[in-house]
Amino acid sequence: MAAISEKNLKSGTARKQADITTFTVPAQFASGRQRRKVFQTLAFTLFRVAAVINGIALFIIVYFMVTRGWRAITWTFLTQPPMDSMTKGGILPCIVGTFCLSIGAIIIAMPVGIASAVYLNEYARPGRALRLIRLGINNLAGVPSVVFGLFGLAFFVVILKMGVSIIAGALTLGAMSLPVIIGATEEALKAVPDTYREASLGLGATKWQTIWRAVLPSALPGILTGAILGISRAAGETAPIMFTGAVFFTPILPTSIFDEVMALPYHIYVLATAGTEIEATRHLQYGTALVLIALVLGINLIAIIYRSRLRRRMQ
Amino acid sequence: MALMRQTVEKSVQKIFFLIAMASITTLFLIMVFLFREGLPIFKTVSVKEFVFGHYWYPTSEPPDFGIFPLIIASLSVTVVSAVISIPLGVMTAVYLAEIASKKVSEIAKPVVELLAALPSVVIGFFGMVLVAPFLQKVFNIPTGLNLFNAALMLAFMSIPTICSISEDAIHSVPVALKEASIALGATHLETIVRVILPASISGISTAVILGLSRAIGETMVVLMVAGGAAMLPESIFDPVRPMPASIASEMAEAPVGGEHYYALFATGVVLFLFTLIFNVIADHIAYKYKQTGEASL
Repeated sequence: MAAISEKNLKSGTARKQADITTFTVPAQFASGRQRRKVFQTLAFTLFRVAAVINGIALFIIVYFMVTRGWRAITWTFLTQPPMDSMTKGGILPCIVGTFCLSIGAIIIAMPVGIASAVYLNEYARPGRALRLIRLGINNLAGVPSVVFGLFGLAFFVVILKMGVSIIAGALTLGAMSLPVIIGATEEALKAVPDTYREASLGLGATKWQTIWRAVLPSALPGILTGAILGISRAAGETAPIMFTGAVFFTPILPTSIFDEVMALPYHIYVLATAGTEIEATRHLQYGTALVLIALVLGINLIAIIYRSRLRRRMQ
Repeated sequence: MALMRQTVEKSVQKIFFLIAMASITTLFLIMVFLFREGLPIFKTVSVKEFVFGHYWYPTSEPPDFGIFPLIIASLSVTVVSAVISIPLGVMTAVYLAEIASKKVSEIAKPVVELLAALPSVVIGFFGMVLVAPFLQKVFNIPTGLNLFNAALMLAFMSIPTICSISEDAIHSVPVALKEASIALGATHLETIVRVILPASISGISTAVILGLSRAIGETMVVLMVAGGAAMLPESIFDPVRPMPASIASEMAEAPVGGEHYYALFATGVVLFLFTLIFNVIADHIAYKYKQTGEASL
């Protein structure tokens, strides 16, 4: 679009110059045009700077975590539990814990999220019920993460007597990722051309057969991208698992879903604010942060690249 | 056979409808449990004392449960972060949607998405160990863990929200409007400022409100960076204790079923109501002023 407008403007200017020779257009118009162009260039530079600032912010954060954290990352760091009141040793229990919590969250959220999106996109007709469900999803997406933590504590941990455990943490995180999964699945379902549905229905398939055999298979890559993004979101969250799934310290790896675990994000918070020797364990903090960033950004990058390929193929 | 197929169809649709109700049910359960665990505190203090009380000393004897400083802290951090995030977020959206070439925006969009993907605890950690000492040195202030630092970190957490929703809104402005403006002799900038932005203002407002809602509810950043003093701030370099920080840091020590526990849930209720109001307003704007082409202008 930008290209078209520039071309239009240029041909406009050219025509004006032609006019000058024949009708002598007053000079102030030409200079006003120029002044407006200069002003536009300045303003566009400002817009560009705003966009660049985001890139710089991302770069600075990643840069500092990488340069200060990479030295902490050794084989021992990745494969040993913390030792000597968490001033030495590694982060294996945290990696395992984060893995269990986020995978658990996605196992819970995916079936519910996909089914919700299928209902919204394939079955629902405009009306009060649809509006209510949408309102619920939008507001669920806006609930602060710490409030999810409070809810998980009161409901899963205390009332349902799950205690601080993987299952309680995963359920809390799952509730939180629900809107993300629904959004991604809906987008994927919308991208399936209606001709697929019409062809299937035309061959005598029922609506459910159409969804199961024609719509969902072609939406699957998009849905998976959404699930991957959901995992990375769940892996990075701290507040929802602080009271529900993660604990300060446990050297044992979990053996059942009712065990409590350590988690990468919570471990960073604990080491940085409440550890026995905050300054002395700085390198462990950077190291843990680097592992978390690598995990989360890595997962995201895979999803983003995969999705852009998908979109290109669709076009 | 046909009858059975119909029964299957009907029941499948019902099942999907029931599952789709899960989100609203969860939201309802969240409200129920917040109120259930939060309301008992009002047996000890009145609602007015709780919301407007100036002193938050939950563990002293007798305890004080006044969350006014926490509310003000949350609001001030959000406002300061908005001053940074709204211009940056909207300008980035305009750049991506209108100015950048396709190649540039194909690189720039993932950057914004990755910024959104950074875990909040990492941003909090960054603010704590790197930005705080820097601010302390540059502005010569007693502590770098303060309102301004927290607002700065929060701004970069809400920019992606503001940017991506605004960008969608700008993209959905009909091309005909733009072409008309340029045909009338307006420059590209004039077209953006006078035509495209006004046409997408409802989408941009939704974006801004959701961004603010994200900032006010964000926990780890304010927990690690805001300084933690439950006092009314006098300058933007004062340490503060926003509501999420108070809940997250004290919940571990508050015994289940005690006054402090109830008070923290009641703080959660206040926080939840703030974000609920933000979200309902955003939803209302998005629904009522739905962009439907030229007709909505």
